[in-house]
Amino acid sequence: MKAPKTHNIYNPEAECMPREQLRELQSKRLAETVKREYENVPVYRERMDAKGIKPGDIKSVDDLKYLPFTNKTDLRDEFPFGLLAVPKREIVRIQGSSGTTGKPIVSGYTENDVEVWTEMVARALVAAGGTADDIIQVCYGYGLFTGGLGAHQGATRIGAMTVPMSSGNTQRQILMMKELGSTMLCCTPSYATYLGETIREMGLDPKKDIRLKSGVFGAEPWTEEMRQRLEQLLDIDACDIYGLTEIAGPGVAFECLEKRGMHVNEDHVIAEIIDPVTEEQLPYGCSGELVFTTITKEGMPMLRYRTHDICKLDATPCACGRTTVRMGRITGRTDDMLVIRGVNVFPSQIESVLVSVKGVAPFYQLVVDRVHSTDSIEVQVELDEKMFSDTVADFEKIRNEIGEKIKSVVGISAKVTLVGAKTLPRSEGKAKRVIDNRKL
Amino acid sequence: MTIKQISVFMENKPGTMSKVTDALGNSGIDVRAASLADTQDFGILRMIVSDTDKAVKALAEAGYVASVCDVFAAEVPDRPGAMTELMKKVAETGLNLEYMYAFVSPETKDAYIVFRIKDIESAEKALSEKGIKLIGNAK
Repeated sequence: MKAPKTHNIYNPEAECMPREQLRELQSKRLAETVKREYENVPVYRERMDAKGIKPGDIKSVDDLKYLPFTNKTDLRDEFPFGLLAVPKREIVRIQGSSGTTGKPIVSGYTENDVEVWTEMVARALVAAGGTADDIIQVCYGYGLFTGGLGAHQGATRIGAMTVPMSSGNTQRQILMMKELGSTMLCCTPSYATYLGETIREMGLDPKKDIRLKSGVFGAEPWTEEMRQRLEQLLDIDACDIYGLTEIAGPGVAFECLEKRGMHVNEDHVIAEIIDPVTEEQLPYGCSGELVFTTITKEGMPMLRYRTHDICKLDATPCACGRTTVRMGRITGRTDDMLVIRGVNVFPSQIESVLVSVKGVAPFYQLVVDRVHSTDSIEVQVELDEKMFSDTVADFEKIRNEIGEKIKSVVGISAKVTLVGAKTLPRSEGKAKRVIDNRKL
Repeated sequence: MTIKQISVFMENKPGTMSKVTDALGNSGIDVRAASLADTQDFGILRMIVSDTDKAVKALAEAGYVASVCDVFAAEVPDRPGAMTELMKKVAETGLNLEYMYAFVSPETKDAYIVFRIKDIESAEKALSEKGIKLIGNAK
């Protein structure tokens, strides 16, 4: 059951700092970070030397644009310890990506890095209404992936009763949720939706049998419509959280109960938006690639790390009282972008079309293929369980509506295939929505 | 008078039909009449069954969402010209048929024409005014 809207703030001094003062703090911390990077990380030194930049040249946030970028490939090339800015003995934790293709990437954390990350998640949980009275069920995977441990540390920090379920075993998740009376949930939004569907299938009433009031969902992009569906399904407030191992983990940015974008923890990171092609910095309000620079991280500090996530930044005041800049929803990935018959297509565009069509669920799969050197795209869409009809015409109407909307929004013709409710694979981690069968 | 019809959305893939009939057969449900409307990618299976509620449950357990709606079933003698007599009467009402299928009962030797008209209430009145003999689920 949703709780009344509150705006509790974990660290008001840091989260509500006047922006001018925040900028001063960022500038000071940036200068210190760049100096440490130059002195301790050979790759950073070489790149700065190549651009003719000395640490002393970087005096404020305004100078950020002169600094070189860091990419995911750098973490692979320097795997595992090449980007450490401290001796190995200072590192107390390694976290990393699952690395399904090629070498994994890892990041090393000092004791203080773990502390900073923990506070970031604590801030996020408090912003979503979390207190020491809460029972927080964590169903992100525990391990190298930052989701599980990140949420766990934050939940423990705010004094909540933390339930480390890890991922999978849906029936058991629901049993524990019911028996313990979990009040908050941390997992991916698609898994939360799956939990909600399963709760109903088991004949349980989310309003009576489940005590959830809110959830902090992340690790994959989602839409406003998915939020509304999820909030209805579980009768909760659903807040977005953003993070990446390279920077810290979940908590780099998080939503308050205003749900108007994710507050970036700007006392620890600087967020920029750039044009992914020209690499020029763009002003707030423009859509572009999100870039982060860490300014307190000791173990593996990141200099202008390119996230490949597309979004906007918004520094207008938020009703919650936090002064930090907010990042909008991730609307695409520069590297997820599909090029179909020369048109740039983001899976998120397809999703935005589907949520506007009645009778289908926001579960879909894109199958891309190339036949006789022509790209084809098939959009497989699940029918909503509540979509009842006995006539072919009704289904054809839905199919045509989707096809036409995709054509007008994305600019390509796609083959639309309707599939039965709950027949597409559900994932307990990140949803796999694109199958590219093209052999290039 | 109307009867209950079950409709199931089916993907156009080999084996789909047998999964559906398997679910019904295993639950002891008798299919009285069936018709499959097909398009290139999907089909709609429409059925009149012995126990509608039980059939919906069995299909849900098998992972198929079934919808239930009211259709008309008219009883006509199994002889040449009987169907056109019925259709002429329906035409006179000015109502539009959405779809139709038929079966013959081996016991009564009568034919049953199952058809769907969108506006059930006014159709029911118009059909009975024309003297069309409609049957219910019991039969």
